[in-house]
Amino acid sequence: MSQIQPTHDSAVVTMQGVSKFFGTFQALKTVSIDISVGERVVVCGPSGSGKSTLIRCINQLEKHDDGIITINGVTLDGSKKSLQSIHDHVGMVFQQFNLFPHLSVLDNLTLGPIRSRNMSRANANELAMQYLERVRIPEQAQKFPTQLSGGQQQRVAIARSLCMEPDIMLFDEPTSALDPEMINEVLDVMVELAESGMTMVCVTHEMGFARKVADTMVFMDHGEIVEKTDKETFFVSPESERCQEFLEQILPH
Amino acid sequence: MNRLLLALCFVLLLTGCSGDWGWYVVDPTTPKGRINLKFLLGGLYYTIALSVTAIVISIIVGLLVALPALSSNRWLNGFNRVYVELVRAIPILVMILWVYYGMPQLLNVTITVFWAGVIALALSDSAFEAEIFRAGIQSIDKGQYEASHTIALGYFDTMRFIILPQAIRRILPALGNQLVYMLKMSSLVSVIGMQELTRKANELVVTEYRPLEIYTILLLEYLVLILIVSAGVRWLERRLAQ
Ligand SMILES: Nc1ncnc2c1ncn2[C@@H]1O[C@H](COP(=O)(O)OP(=O)(O)OP(=O)(O)O)[C@@H](O)[C@H]1O
Ligand SMILES: [Mg+2]
Repeated sequence: MSQIQPTHDSAVVTMQGVSKFFGTFQALKTVSIDISVGERVVVCGPSGSGKSTLIRCINQLEKHDDGIITINGVTLDGSKKSLQSIHDHVGMVFQQFNLFPHLSVLDNLTLGPIRSRNMSRANANELAMQYLERVRIPEQAQKFPTQLSGGQQQRVAIARSLCMEPDIMLFDEPTSALDPEMINEVLDVMVELAESGMTMVCVTHEMGFARKVADTMVFMDHGEIVEKTDKETFFVSPESERCQEFLEQILPH
Repeated sequence: MNRLLLALCFVLLLTGCSGDWGWYVVDPTTPKGRINLKFLLGGLYYTIALSVTAIVISIIVGLLVALPALSSNRWLNGFNRVYVELVRAIPILVMILWVYYGMPQLLNVTITVFWAGVIALALSDSAFEAEIFRAGIQSIDKGQYEASHTIALGYFDTMRFIILPQAIRRILPALGNQLVYMLKMSSLVSVIGMQELTRKANELVVTEYRPLEIYTILLLEYLVLILIVSAGVRWLERRLAQ
């Protein structure tokens, strides 16, 4: 293993030379990126470019094959300690919500705190209601996920993650499965979360959202980070041609 | 269904009125008939106890055999395949005979008829339960495991709170089927002398020599028992569907 310099202290996540293979196909090609406390990173790029793989490596839903990933200084090597570090610090919101359909909204939110944080049911309920209010659906606590609209389900999913009180939240295209009229209610919640200082990595093509909250824009193509800049540079004068083409395609003219 | 059953009884009763054979052996209005009926129904306890004990054990064993099949470990997978293929290939009657007469000699233990029956039935059924559980668990979306990972649940909590509750809801009809199957298969344990419904009927036939009437009662006993169980399973399904 090569000599790797410790990155600056405030980094929540560091990725150094991370590669990921699916069989012989290389989905991530020696990707490096640091994410510091409070930083909001928006990741975009064409389909199949490795965006999901990148953020799924951060919480090890995909195990990387090469390189080093750390979370709050703990190297992710498959050990108990590294798993604990993921469990303690990383939250994630999925494109398909992935709520537990057999549990009520409230139970969806309290299961994690009760089982993995040893919280009492009363405290967990209180915590859950607090976050349901934050995503503005406290009145749905007793319903089941299938009784909610897509936008509501995604907000429950965000609240479920927040109940674990993570240091960093990963979003994998959280609005792609939603009907257009529901996208904003979810984005609004995400903007608020960003304003509250949460460290966030969002894979999304909602460029309005990116303009509003992003500190750092990342453009990926073919398993590589092609461009990584602040949003002003990104939207005004991206360096690479591939990125320019991509932006032309997705931005309204 | 119930009307069909009544019609069947009626027809059989009518046939019993003719000739030199009849339903007197099981006629509840005569003392003799009542004694015989009571004797026949005396097997009900063991049929139910045997089947229920066996299905509970078989579900637990089935689940334990199914879980290794879901891992990515080759050896665990292999264990599941070998168990299922081997156990599934043995006829239930052969299993009963082997467990009752063979196994005690092999392990140098004594075994009661009841537990021999339970073990044989549970073993035979467990291979099928394992396949049912495997299919049920595999039908659960990968996203459920991923979401469970994001709320820091480990393997056992994920199975217990997320995967199994959903899987069991889906396989409930299949589990109900297995219970019905088990009730029927328990009749085979009569061959080693278990005093369940079939054995009782066989014994009464030997003394009374009225096979048509007695076996008809036996048939009705199973029919009623299984109709009740089926209704119970359907009720449970409806309840779990919320
Ligand atoms: N489990 C897997 N097995 C095999 N190949 C995979 C797997 N997951 C992803 N890939 C491949 O890796 C590449 C990157 O996938 P990834 O899901 O990260 O792309 P993405 O940028 O998120 O695309 P999208 O915008 O469609 O979500 C794709 O070519 C995909 O086919
Ligand atoms: Mg993706």
